[in-house]
Amino acid sequence: MTLSVTDEEMALLLYDIQDIYGYDFNDYAKASLKRRINRLFVLDRFPSFAEFRFRLKNDAGYFDRFIEQITVNVTEMFRDPAFYLALRNEVLPQLATYPFIRIWHAGCSTGEEVYSMAILLREANLLHKSILYATDINAHVVQQAASGVFPMQHMKQYSENYILSGGRHDFSSYYTAGNNKVLFDVSFKKHMVFSTHNLAAESSFNEFQLIVCRNVLIYFDKDLQARVFDLFDTSLERLGFLALGSKESLRLSPANAKFRPVSEQKIWRKMI
Amino acid sequence: MAENDLSRISQCAVIGGSAGSLKVLLPMLAALDARLAFPVVIVLHRKNDVSTLEQLLKERCPLPVKEAEDKEDLRCGTVYLAPAGYHLLIENDRSLSLDASEKVLWSRPSIDVTFQSAAEAFGPGLLAVLLSGANSDGASGLEYIRYHGGRIIIQDPRNAEMSAMPLAALARLQPDLLLPDYAIASAINHFLAH
Ligand SMILES: C[S@@+](CC[C@H](N)C(=O)[O-])C[C@H]1O[C@@H](n2cnc3c(N)ncnc32)[C@H](O)[C@@H]1O
Repeated sequence: MTLSVTDEEMALLLYDIQDIYGYDFNDYAKASLKRRINRLFVLDRFPSFAEFRFRLKNDAGYFDRFIEQITVNVTEMFRDPAFYLALRNEVLPQLATYPFIRIWHAGCSTGEEVYSMAILLREANLLHKSILYATDINAHVVQQAASGVFPMQHMKQYSENYILSGGRHDFSSYYTAGNNKVLFDVSFKKHMVFSTHNLAAESSFNEFQLIVCRNVLIYFDKDLQARVFDLFDTSLERLGFLALGSKESLRLSPANAKFRPVSEQKIWRKMI
Repeated sequence: MAENDLSRISQCAVIGGSAGSLKVLLPMLAALDARLAFPVVIVLHRKNDVSTLEQLLKERCPLPVKEAEDKEDLRCGTVYLAPAGYHLLIENDRSLSLDASEKVLWSRPSIDVTFQSAAEAFGPGLLAVLLSGANSDGASGLEYIRYHGGRIIIQDPRNAEMSAMPLAALARLQPDLLLPDYAIASAINHFLAH
């Protein structure tokens, strides 16, 4: 059995991190956060907890690595194709009625979701009047997202997802292939703004017609989830849409009262 | 919730299974006591099909069976099923969390991940059951359960359709009980934490 960080030790680490770097992880779902911390502890072969703690406290560069490793960045293009099909059919026709469309991807990871959305918007002939704001707590993934470069090896699967999501074009027409990598059409980037943003601490920065926050909230505890829903509520126009991951729900939170579900695919609409 | 809260659930059963475990699980759930006083959490490796398995189990089990939802509180006498594609973790406050991080031993849900978090949440109040399977998932989770004082049942490899998973666990520890499939339900029904 590998040695692991105890609850008390984790509490110490989180306290240090908040104190020194100003990041608050106290309201993350404890069991999965603890797993991530243990994973890093083992990965970086610390001989003891004390040394792990010392390094984190005294080496800001190592704290960056901590953020990169502690967050779960797993993502893909057209993840859950049925969700994108619902966006095409239920949400985009409503967005089409606005003169400008502002969309926020909160917890965008390496950007696959943002590019998927841009493709949908282009196919609905809406991209020209849209701006996609893509944010994440992890600066490293935001940088990657902004590059528009993705690994070649996943394109076959993404192309299958794309077709299942109702796509009718040749998926490969959206990128140019280089060695082991592909570069997505640079004209997409003109409609994207990338930035770091911490959902646990920072406030609203704009009003949107659609907020997409998928597979982020499962890593938060119930209280933090409720706070983030309030943040989304203040960041959404009336009749704006909120889209969550396939295992996430507004149902248990107080903000639920203001929203109405519009699709099985975890899409809600703000009614007041 | 406070440590001394009397309403706090103090016992739980976790069951892990892989290839060859479904046909053990169906009669086993059917034989569970309808008045079971603790929750049962099941992690099965399977294809991305959720609803059919849930339906199958529902039809046979005298207890309510449901797919585990993120942040829901565990309830006594309910059977929870880890959803396909997510790790299922048990929090100290007796709620469930889902996690879509990397696969562990090529599996998500991973039996090890659920077993380890359950060990820490329930300590000696935990009963773990490891069934048939063709890989080694669960073995390291059982070590955590042993360390935290939980009770361990392993399906007898001679009785398992796939013996690799029980054997991998047996190579690491001696269970409290080594049982054939038909004897497991009764052991769960009679589980009283020391
Ligand atoms: C699993 S990814 C989801 C990516 C994409 N939305 C999807 O569904 O495929 C979760 C992302 O949430 C980010 N995240 C975690 N905590 C955050 C926070 N407090 N504020 C903003 N983003 C956060 C992580 O860095 C990670 O990139």
